[in-house]
Amino acid sequence: MSDAVLHVRNLVTVFHTDAGPVRAVDGVSFSVGKGETLGIVGESGSGKSVTAQSLMRLLDPPARIEGGQVLFEGRDVLTMSPRELTAWRGANAAMVFQDSLTGLNPVLRILRQVTEHVVAHGRMDARDARRHGIELLRRMGVASPERAAASYPHQFSGGMRQRVMIAMGMANDPTLLLADEPTTALDVTIQAQILDLLAGLNEKFGTAIVLISHDLGVIGTICKRIVVMYAGEVVEEGPTADVLSDPRHPYAWALANAVPRLDAPIADRLPGIEGAPPDPLAMPQGCRFAPRCPWRIERCGTERPPLAAVAPGRLARCWVTADGRSLPPRTVPAHAKPPESSTTEPLLVARDLVKHFPLPKKSFFGAREVVHAVNGVSLHVMPGERLGIVGESGCGKSTLARLVTRLHTPDAGHIRFDGQDIATLGGEELRQLRPRLQMVFQDPYASLNPRMRIGDILAEPLLVHGRARTAAEAGERVGALLDMVGLNPSWAIRFPHEFSGGQRQRISIARALGLEPALIVADEPVSALDVNVQAQVLNLMLDLRERMGLAYMFIAHDLAVVRAFCDRVAVMYLGRIVEEAPARDLFAQPAHPYTVSLLSAVPEPGRQRVVLGGEPPSTLRLPQGCAFRARCPVAQPVCAEPPPPTEIAPGHRVLCHAPGSFKGMP
Amino acid sequence: MLRYVAIRLASAVVMALLASLVIFLISNFVPGDPVLAQLGDILASDPAVVAQWRAKWGLDLPLWDRYWIFLSGLLHGDLGISIATRRPVLEDIAQYAPATIELATVSFLLALVVGIPLGVAAAVWRDSIVDAVARAVSLLGVSAPTFWLAFIFLAIFYGWLGWAPGPGRLDPIAFPPEGGTGFFLWDSAVQGDWETFHDALTHLALPAIVLAAATLGLITRTTRAAMLECLHQDYVRVARAKGLKERAVVLHHALRNALVPVVTLGGLAYANLLTGAVMTETIFAWPGLGRYTFRSAAALDFPAIMGITLVVSATYLLVNLVVDLSYALLDPRVRR
Repeated sequence: MSDAVLHVRNLVTVFHTDAGPVRAVDGVSFSVGKGETLGIVGESGSGKSVTAQSLMRLLDPPARIEGGQVLFEGRDVLTMSPRELTAWRGANAAMVFQDSLTGLNPVLRILRQVTEHVVAHGRMDARDARRHGIELLRRMGVASPERAAASYPHQFSGGMRQRVMIAMGMANDPTLLLADEPTTALDVTIQAQILDLLAGLNEKFGTAIVLISHDLGVIGTICKRIVVMYAGEVVEEGPTADVLSDPRHPYAWALANAVPRLDAPIADRLPGIEGAPPDPLAMPQGCRFAPRCPWRIERCGTERPPLAAVAPGRLARCWVTADGRSLPPRTVPAHAKPPESSTTEPLLVARDLVKHFPLPKKSFFGAREVVHAVNGVSLHVMPGERLGIVGESGCGKSTLARLVTRLHTPDAGHIRFDGQDIATLGGEELRQLRPRLQMVFQDPYASLNPRMRIGDILAEPLLVHGRARTAAEAGERVGALLDMVGLNPSWAIRFPHEFSGGQRQRISIARALGLEPALIVADEPVSALDVNVQAQVLNLMLDLRERMGLAYMFIAHDLAVVRAFCDRVAVMYLGRIVEEAPARDLFAQPAHPYTVSLLSAVPEPGRQRVVLGGEPPSTLRLPQGCAFRARCPVAQPVCAEPPPPTEIAPGHRVLCHAPGSFKGMP
Repeated sequence: MLRYVAIRLASAVVMALLASLVIFLISNFVPGDPVLAQLGDILASDPAVVAQWRAKWGLDLPLWDRYWIFLSGLLHGDLGISIATRRPVLEDIAQYAPATIELATVSFLLALVVGIPLGVAAAVWRDSIVDAVARAVSLLGVSAPTFWLAFIFLAIFYGWLGWAPGPGRLDPIAFPPEGGTGFFLWDSAVQGDWETFHDALTHLALPAIVLAAATLGLITRTTRAAMLECLHQDYVRVARAKGLKERAVVLHHALRNALVPVVTLGGLAYANLLTGAVMTETIFAWPGLGRYTFRSAAALDFPAIMGITLVVSATYLLVNLVVDLSYALLDPRVRR
């Protein structure tokens, strides 16, 4: 490893909390060669981000680096003087952060932010830096870079801001670029653009890249080698393809298998591993994964395994695979019976729903601008069915969810639920309807009142709707509900902050279940969760459906999750459903060019992708004709006309002039 | 940006009109009869005298006519004649206002110049000695009552140490500087009369410090809190990762964002200093608006009260306008 750019040895970072020291990074070692791409993967709390920030010495107290070496081209970053450190940071090693909204300073112009460190490091004077900055923005694919340079961050979309962040990182042509979850906040098609950009930087300029992500798909598309972290330790390291196909640490196995994949056979259950990461204040004595490990042997509970070679070029921290054996492959249970024949009446029917939001007027005489959120959506949900709604941010899927649950009132159109027209219900009638039609929200942190005990949160709807007459009766029901979603009934006296994200989402589901609904509309219920927790919550939702005959309207941006969970899928673009089909058909034979591109953009190792250019057009001015025309790879003159709805197979409807004409990359 | 300024200006004008109406109506509907207050019990018992008096001051006209007279007078710079001093209200105000404005402005600058750097230093070196000092200053400034502080300061610096002169704007035997704006510091400096300048400045020091205390405390605390928040933002971490020096990170990246709440507070504080100096003015025998207000209110001198209230609301409007424009300068997201 003489040509290593970065050599990390036994890095230890400790957070000195009031409750005691937490070893967030506990003896991490790895190295990155010149021009290499390394991925670091792990769930939240695994220490991957703390590792990255330790490398740059960016952590504030109470975090402290308490041991190890970070050798950058032979020099130890950890022993640099403050002056040496500022000279090194941003010049030789740069970092791209996850959230480009908070990562860019809102009050400074883009150009200044992209080039100030070029000037500060004495590379160029202000005039040259300006030219360099604009050139950088152009190279990163920022549209009209000169105007962009003079703009402020809030004038850009998330994808463009992330390009600016990368331009900022590349400004001094660093040897090493650390990217911490650079695409997590972005839509799939934009994510694909950014990943291509990063891969290109590595190819063209030989920049070594360390990519940190919780998403194995993202890592797999760029990185040749991968480091898997769990509870502050490296548990496995090796070539990406090998780790994905033949993981040697049970946690890596769980990660690789818990992620729903587009090319995997559809199973009824996602093979997540139960349990949660260990309490960082009380780490298990032996292997840290042992309490959750299905293959645990006696030694695992008492002796901490070393990170040892298990195959040429592969390291794993596991007693079970220490002798070089593989873990058993994932067993795929046969797919459950297809959804029951739909002879019954649909539970929910929506016809031609429209919802527009007028914006505040910009000037007294100017025309009022309108956000065209939902523009004529028709759909139905059968009893017990799981309907998936997918699309990128701004496509109107969340508004649609709020329309069918009547949190919003539609501007036009009809909604029939359980034989009753509910589109214009109000007051008491609407209140009567609520119990049958419940919603689960995306953010399990924001949707539970932090000042209420879990028991009270769950009891409230029961008391309000008369499902329990006394507090004691409600308390009993709450216990049963907690038990049903896999939580300990005695936890009812706890407050929301005492729970993890996955547990909170279980609580949100319990709250919706308490009123025995017929339909649960879930708006991105698992997108804020780690993959393993995501699998657990999805499995819970499947169980509950079987036990209670629930129907779901499941809204998500993650196609693989929708594929794993739903019977039928509708794809939305600019407030319309552009394609709708049984899940199997949609993923096997997508017919709308947008669906094809969307599926193709999902990062999965070893797959050729279509990278769609541009971004979804503004919802302020709807395009004439086909809404997707401007980005469509196979657009024809005829697309200026509104496309006719076509049924190309039973239940497979497409809104396109030439369905099936675009097959993706050869 | 231009449209933003135009909108702010237009709304300030509308607000000023509304304020004049509200002021007019309130002063008409407060219980208390100015006739009675001015004529005294004996004269007021004679209906003829009362009627004549009411006609003289226009109190017999319908409400809207009186408002119209009031408003058109206002546009000509006529605030009416004070019932108590028998002088045009505008003249009265012009006489008393400079003393208050001078005092308030110096206090305000003092609070800003000390408070912002102290707050920044306290946030940057959190839990250090600087931070402890800053927290003590803000606690003391906010919680110590003005009259108490004024007496303590007078007792120590005037009575005991003799460092500061006694109450008043100038030495009792000195003449006010020429120039005529009423701002003694300004006038004497323009005239090159440094002796008077020094005299005015030393007289100003104690009341300015006393008046500044509360504002200083608030500004220090707000700056510290805003800086602490900004220093933990991602963009500060990004700036450090770029290899910028700590000074650039703090001053260029964090401070400008932290100034937004400080500007809000500063605007309110300045308006407060202008109108809330009664206590300080009384103790330091400062011939300012505060004392004029107090006297006019006690005499139910409606033209004077209306005049003062108008000046005060105009000041608030002006300060608000400045605050709004500063937002636009500081934060590009506001410019729309």
